[in-house]
Amino acid sequence: MALQAKDINEQTKWQDLTEGLQIYEPATSRLFETGEWRTQRPVVDYDKCIHCLLCVPYCPDSCITVEDNKKKGLDYDHCKGCGICAAACPFGAITMVEGN
Amino acid sequence: MAKKERMSGNEAVAYGIKQVNPDVMPAFPITPSTEIPQFVSTMIANGEIDTEFIPVESEHSSMSAAMGSEAAGARTLTATSSAGLAFMWEVLYVAASSRLPICMTVVNRALTGPLNINADHSDSMGARDSGWLQIYAETNQEVYDNFLQAYRIAEHPDVRLPIMICQDGFITSHAVQNITLWDDEPIKQFVGEYNPEHYLLKHNEPMAVGPYAVSNYCMEAKRAQAEGMIKAKQVILDVAKEFEEVTGQKYGLFEAYDLEDAEYAMVAIGSICGGIKDAIDELREQGMKVGLLKIRVFRPFPAQEIAEALRNCKAVAILDRAEGYSSQGGPVGADVRAALCKYKVYAENVNILYGLSGRDTKVEELVEVYHQLEQLANGENPFDEYPYLGLRG
Repeated sequence: MALQAKDINEQTKWQDLTEGLQIYEPATSRLFETGEWRTQRPVVDYDKCIHCLLCVPYCPDSCITVEDNKKKGLDYDHCKGCGICAAACPFGAITMVEGN
Repeated sequence: MAKKERMSGNEAVAYGIKQVNPDVMPAFPITPSTEIPQFVSTMIANGEIDTEFIPVESEHSSMSAAMGSEAAGARTLTATSSAGLAFMWEVLYVAASSRLPICMTVVNRALTGPLNINADHSDSMGARDSGWLQIYAETNQEVYDNFLQAYRIAEHPDVRLPIMICQDGFITSHAVQNITLWDDEPIKQFVGEYNPEHYLLKHNEPMAVGPYAVSNYCMEAKRAQAEGMIKAKQVILDVAKEFEEVTGQKYGLFEAYDLEDAEYAMVAIGSICGGIKDAIDELREQGMKVGLLKIRVFRPFPAQEIAEALRNCKAVAILDRAEGYSSQGGPVGADVRAALCKYKVYAENVNILYGLSGRDTKVEELVEVYHQLEQLANGENPFDEYPYLGLRG
């Protein structure tokens, strides 16, 4: 039985890896925390945000979380800090701040 | 009942394809392998096989399409030569590292340049480190038989690597020779159906093939891939044994021709071995103890077996039909010499380039090499510093 993606880590021996590093399950990109790549982080000013949710479809990594039609927050585990959300916001509610 | 026929190497491979009936064949024509997809297209048009043929715009595409269909779960075939193989380069490595047991029938032709379409091994020898298995043939019979064994080897759970089934351009691919063709039914049973455990079209199992691997995983993946190549040796022998039970034809990692008591031996690959055997027969009649080690399986490289088979020789000539441009000779020379060194076989040895870009090698030239080996063993090295057989100058 091949290892599941969640059980593969940097201690896994070569004998235990899947053939050709194939992955036999869906949606495993959640396990890959691309937020480590970030050099700038988006910060939301909720006084300016009117919850238009325009930033949500612009985010290439689906990192803007929504609850009850309101913007809830940012998934910093996966946000790469690309800044597209800040550029898309018509209200200047998202600013990019230096550092992870 | 098996039947006697006469046909070219390309026809022989096509006959094998008809019996195996692979699921998908993406291919792009290039001399001298063009006939193979042509024969396949004809067989499809005649309703003799139900292979899906994909005409593509290049060999980069044919190998990419082959990867896609193999990953999808289809038994996949392609054919190429020379520049076509070179154009696949990038994808060859991806196919191997993704562990996709594609079969490619390679009709060996020189890589340009100078521009040339004739036989040498520079195309597949260049791909010797790509992670593909490589099996070479002397005759049309051998390339046919090797093809019939290809999928059994490549698809074996211990191996799961793509495989090249090689023959010499024109000399084997186009020259007509006698051949024994095996009956369809036992061959179909021998080859069997392809039932991979994981494949992209598998119901209820989403799958990713070829994901990005950071440095913390890549080396482990490569070591695991190497294991497939290491284990392939035994699988090739097991499959050959089973093939012998079906057909009576014997195959190993290499053929030893009069090698048992040989004092002077040649190591070679491909159609040249017919000429070497003629030279041996002539010299044996005169009482000279000469022999041949004909490499069939070049990847994986059977280093220990080759070294042991040459252990009692006084002098060995390793023949290469591809320049290595290392200033030391060719790729077969490099691997055989490394094997001799690793297993402490101290025969005198020389690496000779021959037959480049279709240059004909004559039996009398090969006879002369055996005489030169005798001189070499006696301490008088008659060879050039950088030996080329049949070269002017």
